[in-house]
Amino acid sequence: MQRSDLEAAPRASADWPDRIYDLLKAYNVKQVALVPDAGHSRLIKRCLADNAMRVVTLTTEEEGIAMMSGAWLGGQRGVLLMQSSGVGNCINMLSLATLHRTPMPMLVTMRGDFGEFNPAQVPMGQATQPVLEAMGTLVNRADSPDDIAACVEATLKFAYNTYRPTATLIGQRVIGAKTFGKD
Amino acid sequence: MLSPNGKLHRRALVAAVLEGRGDMAVIAGLGAPAWDITAVGDTALNLPLWGGMGGAAMIGLGLALAQPERRVLVITGDGEMLMGVGSLATISVQAPKNLSILVCDNEHYGETGMQETATGHGVDLVAMARGAGIKHTMFVTKPDEVAGLRAAIHAGAGPFFAVAKIDAETLPLVLPPREGVILQSRMREAILGPAANLE
Repeated sequence: MQRSDLEAAPRASADWPDRIYDLLKAYNVKQVALVPDAGHSRLIKRCLADNAMRVVTLTTEEEGIAMMSGAWLGGQRGVLLMQSSGVGNCINMLSLATLHRTPMPMLVTMRGDFGEFNPAQVPMGQATQPVLEAMGTLVNRADSPDDIAACVEATLKFAYNTYRPTATLIGQRVIGAKTFGKD
Repeated sequence: MLSPNGKLHRRALVAAVLEGRGDMAVIAGLGAPAWDITAVGDTALNLPLWGGMGGAAMIGLGLALAQPERRVLVITGDGEMLMGVGSLATISVQAPKNLSILVCDNEHYGETGMQETATGHGVDLVAMARGAGIKHTMFVTKPDEVAGLRAAIHAGAGPFFAVAKIDAETLPLVLPPREGVILQSRMREAILGPAANLE
């Protein structure tokens, strides 16, 4: 089994991570909070290479919700990058977005979704959108590469213009399912 | 500054630490720390939390990174800090000079019936902060250490982390505004000016 069978990352020819990076620049995002996911690896590299962005690797995703609250208090825009499993870690902390009316865009790469191999990913993957919505988050889903930039732009706009938590879920159909060499 | 049982009095401690705070922004964890900073004086540069348990230190980090010239102080309780203890690692790696965290440690969950926390059973938050890589720390138990604590917080040579052991007394409530939109907006306006309301 090869490492490439374990990690589901976009093909090198896919340009949507670069288009997300361009949108983060266009919307003047300064604080990029994340728990890594292979689906976001190219975007994370672009952000790390940008001295105008502060990339903060978290120990758990809910830290990123709190950090976006602090960033906004100080006049900076934040974004949170994570895998769908991390959404579950954020739920109570999302109270802050509703309580304070804080822009909190989240870009979520899906697992437990289209063609999943790992049973452990399925419960949280299937619950990701309902629990986000239960906490007042406006959710867009992108299931084709061509949809991603438009959904991410809507997610950033909706967060920063209307002061609330928003999310784009990037479907596993776009990223590819991990198969552990058994496909 | 001492309670009858010989431990630090939490409100006297917080008042002493905030003396001459200037433009320092203060985030207070939910419960007693929020009432404590409000008892000293409710201002636009106070953000007392009503929820988001475990998030106070990370709110401080986001603010400290956004406003690197302004000192940011997080005052929180031992239960709240334990819930977000991983954030000490995150903060250590980012290493903001302008961020201080003060844990007012009464070894109890004060708002829920004074149940014991882990810090009353030997769990050492200063050691955890040092283990996370935060080099500048203090452990305070006596009134004559409070001036040094205040100086360290005001110095802006962080990240700085301190635990002050305090009396587990239950004090009269001094409540800040409950509306989060007011709390966030007033701090943004105090830091960013009126333009903050047009963003």
